[in-house]
Amino acid sequence: MTISHHAAGHAALELRDVSKSFGAVVALSSGSLRLENNSIHALIGENGAGKSTIVKIIAGLYQRDSGEFLLDGQSTDFTSTAQSKAAGIAVIYQEPTLFPDLSVTENIFMGRQPTRSLGRIDRRLMREEAVGLFRRLGVRIDPDRPTLGLSIADQQIIEIAKAISLDARVLVMDEPTAALSGVEVERLFAVARSLRDEGRALMFISHRFDEVFDLCDTVTVMRDGEYIATSPIAETTVDELVRRMVGRDVTNLFPKEVAPLGDDVLVVTNLSQPGVFHDVDFTVRAGEIVALAGLVGAGRSEIARAIFGVDPYSTGTVSISGTRVPRRNPGASMQLGLALVPEDRRKQGLVLESSVARNTTMAIQRTLSRFGLLFSSKENEAARQWASRLEVKTSALDTEVGTLSGGNQQKVVLAKWLATKPSVLIIDEPTRGIDVGTKAEVHRLLSELAGTGLAILMISSELPEVLGMADRVLVVREGRITASLARADATAESVMLAATQSAPATKEAVR
Amino acid sequence: MTTTTASAPAGQRILHALGGIAKARETGILVALVLVVIAATARNPNFLFSTDGFRDLLLTPSILLLVAVGQAIVIITRNVDLSVGSTLGLTAYLTGRLFIDVPGIPIILVFLIGLLFGGFLGLINGALIAFAKVPALVITLGTLYIYRGINVWWTGSDRINASDMPKDFLALGTKTILYIPVLTIIAVVVLIAAGWYLRNQRPGRELYAIGSDPAAANLYGLKVTQRVLVAFVVCGALAGLAGVLYSARYGTVNSQAGSGFELEAVGAAVIGGVAIFGGSGTVWGAAIGAYLLFTINRALPILGVQDFWQRAVVGVLIIGAIVLDRLLALRQTRKLTEARDNDND
Amino acid sequence: MTETTTATVKIARSYRDYSAPLWRRVLLTRESAVIAALLIVILVASVSVDHFASPITMTYLLLDITPILLIALPMTFVIITGEIDLSVASTVGLSSVVLGTLHQGGMPIELAAVAALVVGALGGALNGFLITVVGLPSLAVTIGTLALYRGLAVGLLGTTAVTDFTEFWKDLAKSKIGETGVPSVMILFLVLAVLFAILLHFTRFGRGVYAIGLSPEAALFSGVRVQRTKFILFVLTGTVSALAGIYYTLRFGSARGDNATGLELSVIAAVLLGGVSIFGGRGSLHGVIAGVLLIGTLGSALRLASVTSDVINIITGLLLVASVVSTSVLAWLRTRRARPGGKTRATPAAPQ
Repeated sequence: MTISHHAAGHAALELRDVSKSFGAVVALSSGSLRLENNSIHALIGENGAGKSTIVKIIAGLYQRDSGEFLLDGQSTDFTSTAQSKAAGIAVIYQEPTLFPDLSVTENIFMGRQPTRSLGRIDRRLMREEAVGLFRRLGVRIDPDRPTLGLSIADQQIIEIAKAISLDARVLVMDEPTAALSGVEVERLFAVARSLRDEGRALMFISHRFDEVFDLCDTVTVMRDGEYIATSPIAETTVDELVRRMVGRDVTNLFPKEVAPLGDDVLVVTNLSQPGVFHDVDFTVRAGEIVALAGLVGAGRSEIARAIFGVDPYSTGTVSISGTRVPRRNPGASMQLGLALVPEDRRKQGLVLESSVARNTTMAIQRTLSRFGLLFSSKENEAARQWASRLEVKTSALDTEVGTLSGGNQQKVVLAKWLATKPSVLIIDEPTRGIDVGTKAEVHRLLSELAGTGLAILMISSELPEVLGMADRVLVVREGRITASLARADATAESVMLAATQSAPATKEAVR
Repeated sequence: MTTTTASAPAGQRILHALGGIAKARETGILVALVLVVIAATARNPNFLFSTDGFRDLLLTPSILLLVAVGQAIVIITRNVDLSVGSTLGLTAYLTGRLFIDVPGIPIILVFLIGLLFGGFLGLINGALIAFAKVPALVITLGTLYIYRGINVWWTGSDRINASDMPKDFLALGTKTILYIPVLTIIAVVVLIAAGWYLRNQRPGRELYAIGSDPAAANLYGLKVTQRVLVAFVVCGALAGLAGVLYSARYGTVNSQAGSGFELEAVGAAVIGGVAIFGGSGTVWGAAIGAYLLFTINRALPILGVQDFWQRAVVGVLIIGAIVLDRLLALRQTRKLTEARDNDND
Repeated sequence: MTETTTATVKIARSYRDYSAPLWRRVLLTRESAVIAALLIVILVASVSVDHFASPITMTYLLLDITPILLIALPMTFVIITGEIDLSVASTVGLSSVVLGTLHQGGMPIELAAVAALVVGALGGALNGFLITVVGLPSLAVTIGTLALYRGLAVGLLGTTAVTDFTEFWKDLAKSKIGETGVPSVMILFLVLAVLFAILLHFTRFGRGVYAIGLSPEAALFSGVRVQRTKFILFVLTGTVSALAGIYYTLRFGSARGDNATGLELSVIAAVLLGGVSIFGGRGSLHGVIAGVLLIGTLGSALRLASVTSDVINIITGLLLVASVVSTSVLAWLRTRRARPGGKTRATPAAPQ
């Protein structure tokens, strides 16, 4: 089952100096990449580095503005995803896109079902082929069940099965392990390795260095839309990679904050929701920044949402300064001084098609109303005040918030919640998808706020951010808090260990 | 991970399939239909056992059956066609006019023209929806008005009477072969063809994919625009065919023919298990749903319920069907998620 | 070396309230287009159609479209949140029947009217319950309740009609304000229109309605009570439909099970024509009122010009299709213009 090389010496896929812009926003200024057959190539970079743009160009979703795109040495141009598929490229996204009502088998073969006479679909053959694919992958999935309700891990395997049945020569995996448990990651890696050994070219995008060092043989770093460097994994270290990703020394990136710690403000006891999180217990004091660290999918955002009231929880209590916060009631939480800057800024934090003014004042409408009436003049006044305090870059208050940059959007969300004068701020991935300059602004702001007595619960998947900002780090793994580390004890290793609980032997590369 | 049944013995597979059939929605409403017929016949044997009774039970709903099948096809793609009633009426009138204005026109040609005309009206819908990306609800609401308006304007103060149409054609309306009305046979043939195509042909399966997740379908590279367009053309064509059948059955056609059929067709599909958000359900279910609706209406007076309450019963059935679907879906998701969690532990 | 990313001197930011001058914000909107169309139709009709410009025409026009005007008010809210209510006409019929039967049975008309309103509210509550609590799609639910409520209406009265309403009430329904020719029921409508307009544009509740239509998730995360809001909106459509039913009955002096059949389509068509987006999140009451008036005026003018009602229906349908297709086309043109190369199909917002 080895793939024959069409032209020896040519990389399976190559991008040279590719650029892509959307109006005024430059997503990619110089993207370069060389995927060889028989290899697993890692692509790393912070959010906003241009990785997903590269993936979408390869997938045929976007067309590049300039630069070369070579497939097996031939210049290529895709105007549709169908073309990219036909050329032998398969992309497995973090969130698989399957058809929930249809069976696993039909999902794999949709549009290409094997047929008999009269174009009649040969279901028996299709099923046999599906079973064969799963056997090759070494997994057991019921080919007849609908894909609705399958775990993300299983769905990804189905996507891979799709790719193999299409005889994909290039497989791109975009943050595939984000929502997987340890066992599922191992299964995925075994599959990836066998695909590599068959002669295919794989690309692996991930934020987890231990996985990159475990699985890949080459790594390319991108930063701010630019290609930075490529090296064989064996010849580089995590520190070097981080330095390339971030562009400066890690240690002094985040201003350390010093603040007097006050009373317990947020007290969470025994919080549990079956299947999501269990026995979550912690407190946050006034002036304190507590970080919830862990791998993506560990359940941190779910805990935050449950505390705020958007998601349910079955047992446990949440209280603010002694007052019980009612369950499942965001309005009541807000009244008691709780604020949540959510993980998904565009879908949960903002109403994208609404104006800056409306978004900024969305949480304080009650205070702005007089006798139940709300006037836009008052909204504009309040919005102006808060937007300028956070230095939101926009020309007018009625600009649609969806047109602002990521950093400015985050500022609007922050302005919205700070306007409620909360006593507890929960902030989920404060600097995801934000440019470096605004990142620092956000960190400085959080620092200042802690200094004024705000209790901050920060969820972050970026270790340097966690280590730099937090007074205490709570590590979450599969819904449970597995470690509580004071600033002095929190190191990249201790946090990652508690987050993954993997055996130290395979962790040599992580320092 | 759940286990595969790759090498399960044939007997086990057959049992598995039978179990699936037993639990299917289509079976449920078929049973309901049978029960209603039994209950009504028990009260009044003429319901089923008189030649007229039996024939009528099979004959009249066949018109709605055609419309419901077309509607189901559209709903499966996550759309809806509210203009089918107007299409039916317009085509019914066209049928009459053809016979009047073109004497001696072969009946088969009239059928063909009706089919094509309906398909053309469906094409207009489909083109606007697939290309302008406007929700089907709004467009077909508009064409509902437009087509009906054209119908009324064309009819004027006229009306097609039974005497205007050739005897052979009208005879079709009541002729039976082996006790089964010809019109029913036509409708059932169409049903079988549609059912077969949706189950066994690639474009048919793609309709389900498009309704199940339109974004995924686009990402997958399916020809969404083309398929949706064809779905509306077929829906219109079937409504057109239903219009021809309507003329044959009733003989008299006025400008209000077919009014309200669109909602009945949607109701039949929903009762038959076609999810309003697309992606699941079968034309078989929609067909049985059409029969169930009609038969219940006929059975109500016999069972002692005044037939004024018909629409209320239809409403309860529709609401009951979608509540049932929702509860079943919730239960299935919970079961599938639990199974997955159990496997992972 | 530590990064300093903020200048030591803070630049005071000033923001304009609006990015476009007033005239652009007011005139370049869907609503203005509909109002302009309405004015044009009125003008043209006054000049070219006999008897159009007389007070009697206006009187009957307004008397005819009052039910649509009334129901369009809460329907606007419902569609802005992204839902739909197809059962409104059946509620009109049901309330008409309740009014008639109770009154015929001896109840004073005032009480019967209150009962009819309660029935409408309950009908709306059932819709709201099935949609928000059980979680069913509003299109399917209201197709079901359309049949159910109409069925109850027809079932209660059969083919008979109740016509023994006192002249007082029938005249009141048709009465006019002094010599103006404007029906007095317009007062009722104006009061409701003002209340609904205030609710939509000047309260938290109204802001919440728009937020739900644009992004239900973000609304939830901001403390908006999404389910409760939607429930209230369906109760409102039910109640106002019942009110329209009472008016309808008294105006024609006849309570029948099939009163106002098909009215829901006219309401929805007018709302969409008036600039409310079927996708939710967009629209306003003045546009909707103009939309209803536009369809009504057009119909009235055409009728006076001896154009038959079918042509009027054709025109209504064409207007509806044209209005939504034009929105789509305009949006497409905007994205084409933003990308002169025109090759890519990416979404306008930059990826994160």
